[in-house]
Amino acid sequence: MTLLEVENVVKQFAEHRALDGVSLSVPENSVYGLLGPNGAGKTTLIRIINCITAPDSGEVRLNGKRMTAEDVRHIGYLPEERGLYKKMKIGEQALYLAQLRGMSKNDALKSLKYWFEKFEIQGWWDKKVEELSKGMAQKVQFITTILHDPKLLIFDEPFSGFDPVNADLLKREILELRDKGATIIFSTHNMSTVEDLCENISLVDKSKIVLQGNVAQIRASHATNTYMLQSTKTVDPAGFELIETVQKNGIFESRIKKHASDSNNALLEKLMSQTDILSFQEILPSMNDIFIQTVSTPHQL
Amino acid sequence: MSKINLIIKREYTTRVMKKSFILLTFLTPILMVGMIALIVFLGTIKDDKVKKIVVVDKTQLYKDVLKNNESYIFEFSDATVDELKNQNEKESEFTALLYITKDLAIDSTAAVMYSDKQVNMELKTYVSGLLNKYIEEQKLASYNIPHLKEMVEKSSTDIDLKTIKWGEDGKEKEASAELAIAIGMITAFIIYMFIVIYGAQVMSGVVQEKTNRIVEVMISSVKPFELMMGKIIGIAMVGLTQFLMWVILTVAILFGLSTAFSDNIDMGSVQKMQEMGQMGMQSPANSEIAADIQQFMTAVNGLDYVQLIVLFIIYFLGGYLLYASLFAAVGSAVDNETDTNQFTMPIMIPIIFAIYAGVFAAENPDGPLAFWCSMIPFTSPIVMMVRLPFDVPAWQLIVSISVLVLSFIGSTWIAGKIYRTGILMYGKKVTWKEMWKWLKY
Repeated sequence: MTLLEVENVVKQFAEHRALDGVSLSVPENSVYGLLGPNGAGKTTLIRIINCITAPDSGEVRLNGKRMTAEDVRHIGYLPEERGLYKKMKIGEQALYLAQLRGMSKNDALKSLKYWFEKFEIQGWWDKKVEELSKGMAQKVQFITTILHDPKLLIFDEPFSGFDPVNADLLKREILELRDKGATIIFSTHNMSTVEDLCENISLVDKSKIVLQGNVAQIRASHATNTYMLQSTKTVDPAGFELIETVQKNGIFESRIKKHASDSNNALLEKLMSQTDILSFQEILPSMNDIFIQTVSTPHQL
Repeated sequence: MSKINLIIKREYTTRVMKKSFILLTFLTPILMVGMIALIVFLGTIKDDKVKKIVVVDKTQLYKDVLKNNESYIFEFSDATVDELKNQNEKESEFTALLYITKDLAIDSTAAVMYSDKQVNMELKTYVSGLLNKYIEEQKLASYNIPHLKEMVEKSSTDIDLKTIKWGEDGKEKEASAELAIAIGMITAFIIYMFIVIYGAQVMSGVVQEKTNRIVEVMISSVKPFELMMGKIIGIAMVGLTQFLMWVILTVAILFGLSTAFSDNIDMGSVQKMQEMGQMGMQSPANSEIAADIQQFMTAVNGLDYVQLIVLFIIYFLGGYLLYASLFAAVGSAVDNETDTNQFTMPIMIPIIFAIYAGVFAAENPDGPLAFWCSMIPFTSPIVMMVRLPFDVPAWQLIVSISVLVLSFIGSTWIAGKIYRTGILMYGKKVTWKEMWKWLKY
């Protein structure tokens, strides 16, 4: 079921068209990735979904109905540039934001205590935001965003500024939130997180969507007919292409490219005649490769 | 707790807890009292160094007239002025040189005082006083009328014109124009100061929230208008708190000081009076001052404080709300604080004009300038405060306050519209035309 739909959104700034006919639909209870190089228009799109800016044309629908300012109250939004008061103590600030979102003081305190412990930042309660590093402030910001259990979460570049350990923590939290029923949209440059987290993506480049769909399908459709073979003997390229072979502990690992017309079984038959097969697996292109390939070549959707 | 209350509370507590606020709140009254005390103290210190005045008296008439006192010693010399001048250049011996060429009863300009530095007032009045008195006596004596001196002394009068105004209830009140001006100007100036200081705080607060993108997070949970009004009201309460603290602290300090020193002061002044009495000196000046003080105190008591304070708060809040909403609109329209200048100028001009209009209104509180400026909402909070101690007719107060209230409702409405659009707008150079367009969204 579709939770959020963006239809044909156009946004023009003075001399620059930030979004040019962008459409996408986000299924409920899934993680959706917005990818794209810097300046592609991701943040503008996110700001339009949050009703911070209005589109010049097109519309955003939530549950099939045109989104209103009232609907925005049920969105948890983590902006890229940190929206915290620099001079305020972290605990007070988190409490203030939670209360503004309609939580009672007691609920907010209880919930904050849980999250501060989970993120191991109990000692920060009385610190001021200006004393924190970017990544630290982002942890706090993340907590304030999800504290009131919004159904729809929108994160703009949530991984920037995080070290690998904390990025991993954040990934687990995002998946946990999805499992609890939330729908998550986030923008990122970090392609490995896309493979780990997203069911669907939209790749935005130069104000347009250039690639869209299910991550697994996208990767399959970009397949290059390349396979990884582990075998007991070396293989000779007969009826297929051999890219390279490396030997590891008496096992040979070969990268093989089959002819597009051959089926997998046809390739396997050719291999079986030469060697004992230990494993055989298709190498799908990483999202990183697809990203670079799509963005750096002239494209049409 | 409703959202706007939360916002007010945050704006209020974060500002009141700031070190700079606490420091300013407590130090200002101490500084004020300290400054007054310093002036009073410096005024009471006597220069205890005895100064020498050399007198070259060609007439030889004034040897007995120029009497030494604790500050000045007169020394008579037969040398010429030039000789003394040269001598003084080599080794500075005397403070001043008094040169009398003719009988002063005939030519009153015949006395000259030379000095390296400007002769101070005290010395000048002392010497001319002695000479005047002597010449006067000489002249009176020359009429050969018995007891003339006593008669003249008795006939000397100092008329003290009391000003009494008729209150509405028929009671007579003693009025003091000077006090009215002072109170009017002080309250007007406080309102001016608060509008400028706290209005600017509203503006920089809005700019800060905008540049930090805090507002993007906030906007999902509160309406822009709530955010703006919360900030304006919160800061107004900070201003009122500071003002009340100043009043309370100043009164407390003054009260404390006066109880601590009252014994000393009384003893000292009594002693002085006795000394003066013993020396046989008349002190008409003293009784005059005492009368002045008493008149001043009755005038102070004659003022209607309740009315004054209530109206002060009304005009303070009205003026502040009017201007603060405009400042908030400006803050929301720009991307950073340096861009605010072009928009604050048009807001500052009426405030500054109001202060000048207030000064003129003090001179002529019922004139057309004072009247119109106390009706126009942009100047009325300041100008009306100046006029207030001069008894403004009730209908004028009612009109002025109603206009002010309507204007600030209008201005917050307009500011709310500009704010709503401006606060989320980035990277656009804002013009007046642009802001006009936002109004009509």
